[in-house]
Amino acid sequence: MLKQIEGSLGIAEAVALCRPGAVCAYPISPQTHIVENLGKMVKTGQLQDCEFVNVESEFSAISVSIGASAGGVRAYTATASQGLLFMTEGVYNASGLGLPIVMTVASRAIGAPINIWNDHSDSLSQRDSGWLQLFCESNQDAVDTHIMAFKIAEEVGLPVMVCMDGFVLTHAFERLDIPSQEQIDQFLPPYEPREFLDPKEPISMGAMVGPEAFTELRILQQRKMHKAIPVIERVTREYRELTGHHSGGLLDCYNCDDADMKLIIMGSSVGTAKDAVDELRAQGIKAGIISLKAFRPFPYDAVREAVGSTKNVVVVERSFSYGARGIVYPEVVRAMRGTDAAIHTAVVGLGGRAVLGSTIKDIVKYCLDGRFTDEMTWFDVDTSLLNSYLKDTEGTSVPEGPLPESALLDTLQHVRA
Amino acid sequence: MLQIRLHGRGGQGVVTAAEMLSLSAFLEGHFAQAFPSFGSERTGAPVVAYARIDDKEIRTHEPILQPNAVVVQDKTLLGAVDVFSGIDPQGYAIINSADPAEAVVPELCRQLPAGHVLTVPATDFAMQKIGRPLPGAPMLAALAAATGVFTLESVQKSFQTRYPGKVGDANAETAALAYEYIINLKNGGNNA
Amino acid sequence: MLDAIKFYQTGSNTVGNRLLNPSMRAVQASADRPNTLISGHRACQGCGEALGARYAIDAAMRATGGQLMIANATGCLEVFSSPYPESAWRLPWIHSLFGNTAAVGSGLAVAARVRAKKAGNTNVPRVIAQGGDGGTTDIGFGPLSGMFERNDDVLYICYDNQAYMNTGVQRSSATPPAARTATTQLVGAEPGNDWGKGKNVPLIAMAHGIPYVATASVADLKDLEYKVEKAMSFHGARYIQILVPCPLGWGSASGNTVTIARLACETGFYPIFEAEYGRITSVRKIRQQQPVLNFLKLQRRYAHLTGKKADPKVLARIQAMCDDNIKSFDLLGDEIPETTPVAVQAHERSHEI
Repeated sequence: MLKQIEGSLGIAEAVALCRPGAVCAYPISPQTHIVENLGKMVKTGQLQDCEFVNVESEFSAISVSIGASAGGVRAYTATASQGLLFMTEGVYNASGLGLPIVMTVASRAIGAPINIWNDHSDSLSQRDSGWLQLFCESNQDAVDTHIMAFKIAEEVGLPVMVCMDGFVLTHAFERLDIPSQEQIDQFLPPYEPREFLDPKEPISMGAMVGPEAFTELRILQQRKMHKAIPVIERVTREYRELTGHHSGGLLDCYNCDDADMKLIIMGSSVGTAKDAVDELRAQGIKAGIISLKAFRPFPYDAVREAVGSTKNVVVVERSFSYGARGIVYPEVVRAMRGTDAAIHTAVVGLGGRAVLGSTIKDIVKYCLDGRFTDEMTWFDVDTSLLNSYLKDTEGTSVPEGPLPESALLDTLQHVRA
Repeated sequence: MLQIRLHGRGGQGVVTAAEMLSLSAFLEGHFAQAFPSFGSERTGAPVVAYARIDDKEIRTHEPILQPNAVVVQDKTLLGAVDVFSGIDPQGYAIINSADPAEAVVPELCRQLPAGHVLTVPATDFAMQKIGRPLPGAPMLAALAAATGVFTLESVQKSFQTRYPGKVGDANAETAALAYEYIINLKNGGNNA
Repeated sequence: MLDAIKFYQTGSNTVGNRLLNPSMRAVQASADRPNTLISGHRACQGCGEALGARYAIDAAMRATGGQLMIANATGCLEVFSSPYPESAWRLPWIHSLFGNTAAVGSGLAVAARVRAKKAGNTNVPRVIAQGGDGGTTDIGFGPLSGMFERNDDVLYICYDNQAYMNTGVQRSSATPPAARTATTQLVGAEPGNDWGKGKNVPLIAMAHGIPYVATASVADLKDLEYKVEKAMSFHGARYIQILVPCPLGWGSASGNTVTIARLACETGFYPIFEAEYGRITSVRKIRQQQPVLNFLKLQRRYAHLTGKKADPKVLARIQAMCDDNIKSFDLLGDEIPETTPVAVQAHERSHEI
């Protein structure tokens, strides 16, 4: 059914269609509207056989979810930023226990300095948490991905983090096609946990494991991640056939067939970039977009295929690893090992700085002009702000325009004595 | 694509107005998008919200830097915020004021085509019908009257959908007052 | 060294079990006891926690007809009972983290209710969350308070051995003053744990107004069983804190666990009481008052208070603490205190040194 609603309400409706048994909520911007709406649905009876638990912290939000999932019901929660970090111990625990919890991360920057706006530093900080991490490029994609996430989680036996850009998507009021309950009941069967705490057949979960078996359990966890790749593909196919929505998947290509360069992007900037590369194409500049949907497990083969013979690849990242480089970048390098593709990272959109169409065009042109010199370059930098600090305190400065890592290193060579 | 930027102050329903604008367009079969400026602004602080209307899927999520229309819900923002920044030379501006546009923003009146800069006493209308200074519905109705991109009925229906009952009806009545006010202006009346 | 306390045995519940009406006998006296925490686990000799857990959980099993699940905090109890690939638990049991056990219990209770409702089943499994004092009074305190506040249908059992034993005997907020731990060493001007610190979680639990709060000890296992069964007769959040001496951490002989627990009660060191909806409903009276020295001298964590170099002022201060408990809980009188006793920490903090 077509509706003009806020992204958060769309997510709440999608989650409700999946008939969760437990929804845990602790407020943190920009996740709040999702759980508020779910709480209301439980209270009005629209969402039945479900309990909405207002907990006292994100740590308890994930912990109540762990208990509910171990107790044999579908469990859902949502968080962002500081909240995700506050629940981190439970995040790792949920995947280790193999509990198919679905959690929305309304992606937001991490402080200090405190910042409530969107980037990907929160979700990517959980890269190694053992959760599947699926990114959404639009609210329709997010609605659909949440529904697929329950099915994927339950088939794989691992929790799924659905990462959608905070505010940019969660607070955007857009046209959404919400599937019917009949459709979703057909797609997602009633939850039948493979193992759960049941007095009829007692099991012990979360026992201590020593060096004699820990490695093997970790290998089995990795095996589940490998298993997840075809599951994501199949569930996406089923869902697309059922709804006609072109959502989900490991990745999605746009204008890639004859592209002279390709951008790899996660999240809501994909839509902005699509408009931008259409405008560039009208000028004869051919840039393609690979919208990366699955970050964990990382679809190395699909990325390699999507990049194909393209020589120029720019990974557009909305966070980076201090003292190292981009976070998606090394995965792309690994995917393209043995090819002659030049791969670079453009860092944009940190802490809510808008990723504009012009940002995307600048990156494309910078790449096709052969100006990428380093692995990592920051775009849309306020050079005057940066230099007002560097000049005053250290007598050094950076040049105008995109800022390659080498220019930053140069400033360290030219510090005032 | 029509891009609209709405300015107001926290508590005046700016974000709701943008959402209702998108809902109005949706009700007429358009694709539409609305989003706030994502601040942590408190009541009274300047607030910006955006809306886009198109006849194909809206993919972009960038803020609106070059609006085709600017809606100013609070006149006191005029000296404080560059509300008309980047406005399309053929664009529209609707300002919440009982004074004529010439008196409120003379420079903008010269800059944009005749009849594209309009004032409407939206707060007065709201106080009459809703009893609270919520100028969202009349401002949208004024925009509808000025541009003809969507109808008064859609504006009314959007508010009645969001606020079923008395509040929605009061918003609808307020919208009608503003709509007539602008139509009358366009027809050469002075709304005296 | 050890005061003769044999006379306590006469007519006590410990040996008197066989003289009782069968319906009043301890769960453990029954041939078909559930043995929920089965033998073969790896607890130390004389472990008070293993003893307390076995009695408490078996009593809860009896009270719920076996419809019981457990969420267990990280700690000794978890480690000694569940080394892969073995488990000593003969009921549904989950260990998640150190600090989230109350919340995991809340989640289990939600799942149990929702599953039962969907299945049209009225026999909803009950939930116990349990942990040591560190997992309860410190790192798990936020989730515990949240579970209380929401009145979730969980019985939380804290096995209080007054320090972090699993990590090697470090201080917790349940460690009493002057006690030696690995982080409150017997050195300096005030050896052992600081005075005027710590928190009283049973009283804090009562302040949440939850249906049932009780303290117990492994010295009176019949009382412990009674309290667990009583707790299971309520729905909503419940809290039982059991004093469980730790031979390793307290520096006591393995055979003295029950003796020390009894002395903790008989000296006023550890008041044993019950409360319903924030009001005290019963107090276990001291049968024959003992000086606190008798409790302290069996434990090397208090070695500095009993030797030749002992500071009598510190000993007097601990005795004063016990006396405060005796007064505020009326441990020697016939009454049940009408007002909620003040945490003994307040007395410590307000006393002149």
